[in-house]
Parts: sequence; structure tokens; C-alpha cells
Amino acid sequence: MMLLVTSGVAPYLAQAESILDVGDTFIVPLLLKLAFVLGIFFVGPLVAGYLEHKAMGRMQHRRGPVEAGPFGTLQLVADGIKFIQKEDLIPSAADKWVFAMAPGVALVPAMLALLVIPFGPGVFALDLELGLFYVLAASSVSVLGVLMGGWSSANKFSLFGGLRAGGQLIAYELPLILAAIAVAVQAGTLSLVGIVEAQAEFMLFGTGINLWYVIPQLLGFGIFFVAALAELSRPPFDMPIGDSELVFGYMTEYSGIKYAMYMLTEYAGMVTMSALMVVLYLGGWQLLPGVPLPGCEAAGGLFDCGVTGTLLGVGVMLGKILLLVFVMVWLRVAYPRLREDQLQRIAWLVMVPLALLNLALVTIAKVVY
Amino acid sequence: MSDLDLRQEFLAGTAPGEDIAVQLSGDGQFRTADMSLSIGPAHPATHGVFRIVLDLDGERGREARPVIGYMHRGFEKLAEHRDFRQIFALVNRHDWLSGFSNELGTALAVEKLMEFEVPDRAQWIRMLLAEWNRVLNHLMFIGSYALELGAITPMFYAFREREDIQHLLESATGGRLHFTYNQVGGLKIDLPKGFLAESTQVSSLVRSRLPDYFDLVLGNEIFHGRTKGVGPLPMEVALSLGVSGPTLQAPGLPEDPRVTEPYLKYGEIDVEVPVGENGDAFDRFYCLLHRIRVSLDIIDQIHDHIPPGPVNSKLPKMVKAPEGATYVRIENPLGQLGYWLESDGGRTPWRLKMRTPSFSNVQAIPYLMRGQLIPDAGSILGSVFFVVGDIDR
Repeated sequence: MMLLVTSGVAPYLAQAESILDVGDTFIVPLLLKLAFVLGIFFVGPLVAGYLEHKAMGRMQHRRGPVEAGPFGTLQLVADGIKFIQKEDLIPSAADKWVFAMAPGVALVPAMLALLVIPFGPGVFALDLELGLFYVLAASSVSVLGVLMGGWSSANKFSLFGGLRAGGQLIAYELPLILAAIAVAVQAGTLSLVGIVEAQAEFMLFGTGINLWYVIPQLLGFGIFFVAALAELSRPPFDMPIGDSELVFGYMTEYSGIKYAMYMLTEYAGMVTMSALMVVLYLGGWQLLPGVPLPGCEAAGGLFDCGVTGTLLGVGVMLGKILLLVFVMVWLRVAYPRLREDQLQRIAWLVMVPLALLNLALVTIAKVVY
Repeated sequence: MSDLDLRQEFLAGTAPGEDIAVQLSGDGQFRTADMSLSIGPAHPATHGVFRIVLDLDGERGREARPVIGYMHRGFEKLAEHRDFRQIFALVNRHDWLSGFSNELGTALAVEKLMEFEVPDRAQWIRMLLAEWNRVLNHLMFIGSYALELGAITPMFYAFREREDIQHLLESATGGRLHFTYNQVGGLKIDLPKGFLAESTQVSSLVRSRLPDYFDLVLGNEIFHGRTKGVGPLPMEVALSLGVSGPTLQAPGLPEDPRVTEPYLKYGEIDVEVPVGENGDAFDRFYCLLHRIRVSLDIIDQIHDHIPPGPVNSKLPKMVKAPEGATYVRIENPLGQLGYWLESDGGRTPWRLKMRTPSFSNVQAIPYLMRGQLIPDAGSILGSVFFVVGDIDR
């Protein structure tokens, strides 16, 4: 790893070098990075969606999609094509510009958040020193699109959905950020690559085995996971959509490609949040605690890996992401929906105090040791 | 008009330079306008063309007004133009989830009016199929109620069982929804060979899968949070509104015509009536789930009782009921079903009045929904268990 940090002056741009930084030109790495982020952004949700279809199907005595493509893998692509063909309806009473812009406003931040998340040894577009801050800031802009959609639809159900989403975001952003701060405190950096590196260096006392942050901060991980579910409006926190109460919440009036954009936002958010959880708590692309990736032993098991090591690292990372996505799907299958006031009560009376407690414990431990 | 309920009035006679005398009125609270939200007639929570108009203050409803009649098909009038054998094809359609029980009620009414003796075997088979129909109906509501609370899986579980039961009933009746298996004086045809063995098998299968619902739904913490204490219906209100079935058993009244006023051969077997304590949504669901278990118990008892013999009796060429009127009430899956049958001695009923359980149960909705949140409106609406066709007829 090449650190550009010199004592005293903290640069705010790239720290670690990405393997996508090839050649001396400006344009080639840029295009490569764009392709990388867009590739993750469009393929990740498809994989997560396929996993959801199939896992839900199996849990519900169905088979899930089987017709489109081998084993139904292209079902979501077919859905996307169907959505593009549909009529793009705009209600006559809607605020047309806001209505049309809202899905985009929700979609773009989900894409921007992927910019700094490392997916393997050197496999990332950018390593911002403020990476964690940037991801959380970018992903919370998404709710603006939801609010806009809810407000501009000129539909009472949409309005309720949008307002619920707004309230939910305010309630759950706080424990989410407090839990993330605890990680930053323990790692001593906000850079996501730096956090993964810090997890490789956090040793179990007296041994050479490193611990991922999920072990010292199990409470924080739980809080982060629940808060992430709430922020993504995933069941059991899907009150903004609440199909049996609010028809389809803020998406009620949307059809065609705009609706597809909202759905893409949801699944991209699942991938982003899962990736973030893997980076913050589950050791990023590390195979197992204490086991360096094959091919990267020389460099401490994290960077400057060969082709095998890099591919394996990316595979491990994606595997962990899919595992978390699977847990989210599992919760959707198993649980009914909470009520909006119950959700707020849990957030303010349980999650925020627990997150503060977690932060205090981590800070004290950090100072003592 | 300002939303702030605070008015300043400058008192007259204040000269320049003096302190301004201001009188404030109002409590300084923001006034919010009520919003009227129409849930239905086409809304996912109402599973049918049922409409509720909610006056909302934020998410809290002040008043709820059910609007019914979108599905009125005039069955009572239609029945006046069909002869006594034909009305069976009508009555199994007003509550499409309890087709067999509806036919049974009609058959009992017509037979009572004609003073017809039905063979024992037919009576036991009627009981058997009515109980299967009850399980079928309750499974549907267990799935749909969980769906209303946002849990998608129980629906699929319920349909897995429903499929087995429907297959069983189809083998006997030829129908999956509208059986038309009853007729005046008995049944259309005897049970097929091996039916009882298969019935025993399906019964133990469904029984072995019941714990799924108890664990997945009834034991779920979020389900408790969404239903306990939500929409309690006190006993006096329940009785004055005439609700029946699980909705009446939830406040703790073990009223069930199968026990209190046995028809067919229900007097010869044990029928347990599950009751709740508080009459809230949780208790209504609890009663519904336990009624499945009770029905399976009844089915197992019936298997040992079915005697050999004919299943129908010879009817005259023209079925005519003597002049007069009669009332029959039976326990339908959703509550008490009553048929008031009046005949002028002709070939058709002069009047067939249906007292359907769904119609009586939805009368409780305005009471239950007063001052409730929108999400609770969903959990209340689902927990009074109605079929829209059964309300409007």
C-alpha cells in the first residue's frame, strides 16, 4: 500500500492506489473506474434480486423464476425490458418536474456511494480519506427522491409513504451513523480501505490472529444492520411501501421505467449497505481471520496480490455481501411489518441509547489500550 | 386562514408612544385539516370490493365509515325464481370460501320446511365435508391476515395445505370452490372409494403442519406487537352488534351453534369452542387458528362414525315446500349463518333471507376503527374476517 499521508498535512484525495490506475494517462483509469462502478451498480442489484427471487421461492415452497434464461437468471433483465416498454404515466394533478426527477434523485446517490467501497485488494475506484463519511452522506440523499416522489404524486397514499420514509430516515440515520463512528474510532481512520486494513491489524491478545470488528462491536453491528434495513425500507421496516396499507406507498403512481428506477435503487441500496457492513465489520475481502489470501502472503495478506489473490479477494467480498443480502431476504420472508410508531419508538428509545453506549465503550477501550 | 390557532387583536385607543395593548386568543396550537382517505373499493387491504372512508388526522383516523354494496348480486331475489333444487348453485356463491356450509344451511332449511328425513350417512358426510370446508376457509384467512400485516410467507404455506384439501374435496364433489354437492334430501352422490382413507391422511398431514402457523405467525414478536391490544371488542358491544364466529368468541363467549343448538349429528361428538380473553385482533386470530385444530379433531371423530347406507332419498318429480316459513342457523366458518325460508306452497321459495356472518361482522368496523392508526386499520379490518360477497350478497 502506498500511503501518501505525510505527517501534519492530511490530503483529502486518494490514499491507496487502485489497480484500476493503469498507465499514465488520465482518461484510461477514469473510464475503467466508471465501468467498474457502473458494472457493480447494474449487475449487483440483478444478482441480489435473483438471490431474493430464488431464496424466497425456496422458503415458500415455490421454485422462483425458471423460464427466463438458464435457471431463470435473466428474469430481472426481462422485467427491466418489460418496464421500459410500459407507458410512462404521469398523473394529471402531479407536479410534473418533481415527479419525473424523483426516481433519479433516489437512484444517483445509490450509485455514488459505490464509488469508494473497496471490493478486493486494490479493487476500488477511489479511496477517499473521508470515505465512510462520504458513503453515509451520499446514501442518505436517496430519501430526498422518495420524499419528492411521495409529495409530487398528488396521491394521499404516496404522501403517507413519502412522509413515513422521511420520518424513518431521520430516526434511523442517527443510530446508523453512531454505530459507524464507533468503527471509525476503533480503526482510527475514515478511509474504508484503511478500516479493512485496521481489521487485519487488530490482534487477539497474545496471538497472531486478527479479529474483525464484528467481534468487539457485535452490538454496533446489530444496530447498523437493523438501521440499514430501516433506511432501505426493507421488511420488517417497509412501512413507506406498506403494500397492504398504503397500496404501494410513494411508488403508487409510478409505472414503467421510473418505477424500475425506484426498484433498482432499493436493490442497489441493499448491495451498497451490505458491502459497507462487510467493510466495516466483516473484514472486507479477508478470507478468514488470521488467514492471508493465497497469493498475497508476502504483502501481509491485504494488498499487492497476484491475479489469483485479487480474484479470490473479490470473490470473498461478493460472497460476504450476498450472505448479508440473503439475511435481509430471510427477514422479509419471516417477519410481518412493524407499525410506524413502533418503529420510531424502537429507534429513539432503544437504538440510539444502545448506539451511544456502544460508542462510549469503544472509545473508552480505545483510550485505555 | 392561518393554520395557527392564535389571534392577536390590537385594542383600540392606543396612541403613538404608548405600550400597545394586545389581546391574544386561541391556544397557540397548530390546527391541522382532517383528510378523508378512501380505502377501497380496489385496495390491497380489502381483498374484495369493500370500501372504508377514513377521516384522518395525520395517521390517526377519527371516524371510519364502511361503504358496502359494490358486489350486490341480488342472490335473495334470484333465489325466488329458482326451484328448491336449483338454489344450491346460488347460495354457494355468496360466501365463496364456504360454499359447502352455505349449501348445507339451505338444505337444512328446505328439509325442515318439507319435514324431510335425511339418511344418517348423508348427515355424517355433510358434517365431514362442512368441517373440511371450514379448514379450507380458515387457512385462507390465516394467510391473508398475515399478508395484511406484511408477512408474505404464511399465504404460501396456507395454500400448500389448501391444495391438498381441495384435491380431496374435488375427488368427492367435482368442484374446488362451488361444490354443489348437497341436494334436498341428501347428497348428490356417495363418496368415492378410498375417500375416508385419504381424508384421514390429509387430516394428519394438515395437523402435522399446524405448528408452522403457531410458530411463524402466532408466536412472532412483531405479530404480537401488531395485534395485541389492537381493536378490542368488549362483550356487550359484540353482542349488541350481532357479530359471531371468531369475532364473538374472542371476547370469551363460547357461542357456537354446533354446541349450543346442535344440528346434524354434532350432538353425538365432542366439539370444543376456543375462546379468547380480551377480544382484540390477537384473540380473534387465536380463535381462528384454534378452530382449525378443533375442526381436524371433529373430522377424526367423524371418520369413525360414518355408517353405511344410502346418501339421498327419492324426491318427488316436483319439489314443493308446503306453505310456511322456517329459520335455520348453522355455524359457518366465519360465524352464524341463518336462512329464513318462506314458501307459499309453490315450486320456488317465496322469500329467502340470508343472515350472513360477514354482514354482521363488518358492523363492528366503525366501532373498532374509531381513533386507530392507518396500519392498525389494516390489522383490524383483516381480523374481523369477512368475505365481501357474503356482505353484499
